Amino acid sequence: MRVPVEWLRELVKLPEDVTTEELAARLTQFDLKLEEIISSGISGPLVVGRVLSLVKEPQKNGKTINWCRVDVGPEHNDADGARGIVCGAHNFVEGDLVVVSLPGTVLPALGFEITARKTYGHVSDGMICSSAELGLPGDASGIIVLDADSATPGDDAIALLGLGDEILDLEVNPDRGYALSMRGVGRDTALAYELEFADPANIEVTGTGEGYPIRVEDAEACPVFAARAVTGFDPTRPTPPWMAKRIEQAGMRSISLAVDVTNYVMLEIGHPIHGFDLSSLRGPIVVRRATEGEKLTTLDGVVRTLSADDTVVTDDRGPISLAGVMGGAETELSDTTTDILIEAAHWKAPMIARTARLHKLPSEASKRYERGVDPELPARATQRVADLLAELGGGTIEAGLTVVGSPAPRPAVEMSVHLPTRVSGVDIDPATVVEALEGNGCEVALDHESLAATPPSWRFDLNDPNDLVEEVLRVVGYDQVPSVVPVAPAGRGLTTAQKLRRRVGNVLAGDGLIEVKTFPFAGAADFDRLGLPADDLRRRQVLLENPLSAEEPGMTTTLLTGLLRSLVLNLGRGHADVHITETGRVFLPKSDDAEAPIYGVDRRPTDDEIAVFEAALPDQPHHVGLVMSGERVRTGWAGPGRRATWADAVAIVQHVADELHVDVEVQQAHVMPWHPGRCAAIVVAGVVIGHAGELHPRVLKAYGLPARVVAAEIDLDALIAASPEIGPRPDFSSFPVAKEDLALIVDDEVPAASVQRVLAGASALIESVRLFDVYSGDQVPDGKKSLAFALRLRAPDRTLTDDDIKGAREAAVAAAGSLGAALRV
Amino acid sequence: MSAPNSSYDPVEVTPLNAEEVERVRDEALAAIVAADTLDALKQVRIDHAGDRSPLALANREIGALPPQARKDAGQRVGQARGAINQALAAKTAEVEAAEEERALVTEAVDVTLPWDIEPVGARHPITTLSEHIADIFVAMGWEIAEGPEVEAEWLNFDALNLGPDHPARTMQDTFWVTPERAAMVLRTHTSPVQARTMLTREPPIYIACPGRVFRTDELDATHSPVFHQVEGLAIDEGLSMGHLKGTLDHFAQAIYGDGMTTRFRPSYFPFTEPSAEMDLLCYVCHNEPDAVADCRTCKGEGWVEWGGCGVVNPRVLVACGVDPERYSGFAFGIGIDRTITSRYDIADLRDLFDGDIRFTQPFGVEL
Repeated sequence: MRVPVEWLRELVKLPEDVTTEELAARLTQFDLKLEEIISSGISGPLVVGRVLSLVKEPQKNGKTINWCRVDVGPEHNDADGARGIVCGAHNFVEGDLVVVSLPGTVLPALGFEITARKTYGHVSDGMICSSAELGLPGDASGIIVLDADSATPGDDAIALLGLGDEILDLEVNPDRGYALSMRGVGRDTALAYELEFADPANIEVTGTGEGYPIRVEDAEACPVFAARAVTGFDPTRPTPPWMAKRIEQAGMRSISLAVDVTNYVMLEIGHPIHGFDLSSLRGPIVVRRATEGEKLTTLDGVVRTLSADDTVVTDDRGPISLAGVMGGAETELSDTTTDILIEAAHWKAPMIARTARLHKLPSEASKRYERGVDPELPARATQRVADLLAELGGGTIEAGLTVVGSPAPRPAVEMSVHLPTRVSGVDIDPATVVEALEGNGCEVALDHESLAATPPSWRFDLNDPNDLVEEVLRVVGYDQVPSVVPVAPAGRGLTTAQKLRRRVGNVLAGDGLIEVKTFPFAGAADFDRLGLPADDLRRRQVLLENPLSAEEPGMTTTLLTGLLRSLVLNLGRGHADVHITETGRVFLPKSDDAEAPIYGVDRRPTDDEIAVFEAALPDQPHHVGLVMSGERVRTGWAGPGRRATWADAVAIVQHVADELHVDVEVQQAHVMPWHPGRCAAIVVAGVVIGHAGELHPRVLKAYGLPARVVAAEIDLDALIAASPEIGPRPDFSSFPVAKEDLALIVDDEVPAASVQRVLAGASALIESVRLFDVYSGDQVPDGKKSLAFALRLRAPDRTLTDDDIKGAREAAVAAAGSLGAALRV
Repeated sequence: MSAPNSSYDPVEVTPLNAEEVERVRDEALAAIVAADTLDALKQVRIDHAGDRSPLALANREIGALPPQARKDAGQRVGQARGAINQALAAKTAEVEAAEEERALVTEAVDVTLPWDIEPVGARHPITTLSEHIADIFVAMGWEIAEGPEVEAEWLNFDALNLGPDHPARTMQDTFWVTPERAAMVLRTHTSPVQARTMLTREPPIYIACPGRVFRTDELDATHSPVFHQVEGLAIDEGLSMGHLKGTLDHFAQAIYGDGMTTRFRPSYFPFTEPSAEMDLLCYVCHNEPDAVADCRTCKGEGWVEWGGCGVVNPRVLVACGVDPERYSGFAFGIGIDRTITSRYDIADLRDLFDGDIRFTQPFGVEL
């Protein structure tokens, strides 16, 4: 809400010494937050001038300049009774009144101080100004020409044009609709400064009897409808400058006297007004719901198709106005309208909000109705408009006043007088509570410890005891609230899952990975690049009604979409070795027709009802993903480096699992987007929880990535769920170790991990098994490979004998034999 | 060894003659002085102190002497051998030290060579700041609560006193899940976690909920459709706005240091009543008279906007099954991303989300 300070001071007699800055700070403490103080920043001498003579002088550069003698008043004229000024604009003639910035004037729009300067062979002793140069709205193509006889040469143009005025731009919260008017801001200002407030809505209504016939069929949307006619209005009368200025300063455009009066009254008392051209109306006005598909051309010229949710004002022809949002074109006030029907109707906020949203038509009127307009005002608003039209436009106010309906009485809100103290922590005595509520317009009845406050008709936000507390507290001052640290009961710290997610983050950082945060949006193009088959479950997304980009219409099902975008960006910015990771949720819909119910809010939903939400919401497990490109160990002075390989991806996943004490099994897998021969499934207790390995060359090509990028993604929630409460007990023997090496020949297809697993389980004496060499080639048959394992043997209770060692070795060979392995000879 | 010889003349046993012992000893000592490598010393040890050295051989002859001569000869030879061994040990230590010195010199390297061959990881500041904040509240006895990001409309709006026609609901620029009748949204704030906690736990409740939230803002230097908040909720008997202020002041001090404080301005949120915007004392100029005017962080205000807060609206308590006659509470929320951009003077919010490794790297693993 833009509040011209001059207008506010007219309504509230603020002491002269209260500066605009102080006023703004006080109102901010009153929940009318200052956005900015708008002022022109112009300092004089900016004066009115009359063009005495004008000589057109063509120049060599093709332009024609005007060499003018301008009378700028006796105080500023030179000895010859004028000043010489060069002007390039041509929209004025001799005798016109113009605005002149004399040397010394500062115009922020130009960014410099005006000086006398030599130009085109003359000394130009000032500048004739355009609207743009003064920071005013309006036609910027020429200079400002004032109405003849509206001023005298030498008059201060800063005052004349309102350029010295200051305007408060206040942010009005949605619960304070009343403050979208001078009336509302004025009342709060008076309350803040403990001053008398003369309500501009205290208007005596003179109308009697029936006016224009009106029927309200949709009383739910329109509890009150008032109409009053003014006839014989002179449409040629201009808007007086003071009114036009206030309208412009409040951020609206001055259009014509009739329209300006309706807007002015809206700004003044907060009630939107609609004016119909009375002569264009056909038959009685009927307020009703629109029928689906009905059409209305609104006054912005757009044909709107109405829905049954819209309420409309109609006459015999059908809809003539979209209630409370925008009028229709056929009945709008024109520059020939002489008879006007003034409508001031109380439209209900929810209906207006729906309609404004449906038609994407936020307007000054809808903004106010959505936040609530005083329902006591309709008749008074029509009176105020009629009075102004009569006074300024020479119209005759018709006696008949139609008022349909009346506002429902407001129930009183009961509250303990001690509640403000309890809620705020500030000691507030009952007298202060009552005074503050009365200052806000409430009628207060006090009965011992409890009070009943009947809110004023313009306050829709005062329904509960706590609402009253806020009003009391803003008068007492939010800065009075003490600072007391509450003592919480002993807590249990982070949950296991929270601790383990942190631990995983630290393990990944320790492994040299850099964490990124990407957006979880994705679409078919991403899944195509990843080469996911058509029936892959990861193509089933939670889709959005209003995604930011059609390319990414829903939520991602894999962290690789974001990680690979990040990798592309990093490589594009010249980084060669990029190892990045992300931990976040992915979104896996349960079913296409899942619906989360909307319950009432007057009680807690039952446990069964809560369970329905949970069943409907998509699965949203935390995943952890990583991608690595380039060297894992960098080539440098210490020697050749090493590229990140599929094995690094598996090893990091293994490391994470080890830190969580989870036994994972690594299995060969064929899953996109991984290389079919270089993809490991990560398995916990028989369930695949993720994959790691090298990405498929086709995927890398689709992303424009270099060869041999590796990646992993696992379900972190599943990994954490498998993590035991405490890790394994340290268990080792201090008897001597025996070391045995085994070289085994197996088929190429037999995974090393399987061989390792059977060896480890072959004998109780086997303490550890480590694969130290893989070989194929000479001396190994085609299709086979040699795996060399180092076994460490140890007993918990004795030194091993030769027989023990021999027995364990034979058991190991036999166990490997189950996988077709033979001892290499 | 020979049998005792009664006619023995000690003078005739040449190796044991005093002069000869002295000569052999001096010869050995000279050889030790001359040896200046461990190899040379080894040879000297063999020649002059080994089993076949002259004095070792002479020592064997002592038994051949008559008993009255044995003591003198033994002493003489023993002293000579002792002197040689001592000199050998001293010289060995000396040569070893010298050799080690030489070796150490030749092994010297340029320690300024950079060790940059192993990748160094780092964690995103949104993660580490969230954890830091969690730790502050855990230290106060609070717990950390979480909830889903695709959320039921009822929990994101209705339960928080944002009814279907509430103006604040349209202001929030919500991402809606398809189809609309699914009544699910990408949560627009972390507040549904508060509702979830109240629905599932009895008071007293003291929780903080850091998390990712969504609004339909196009990404630019100061807006992001995805951002992060931390929200706090306390529900207990007898809680007031004073306790809210105390909590926020403590929180501000825990993050920004001693002397920090907050101030309240009235505001409006559907889920709190009364509601307030909170400002944080400028952590750069501390609103000190000689610094505030030129402060770039607060632009001369002395305070920076930090978040919203208030007393939990009793209507929210009712919808979430908490008895408003018995319990009251407060809630607050701050932006994590904005805390990072303002604290580290990051001009472009996009840097937090495009994943350039140079953004995260300097933050290391802890803030």
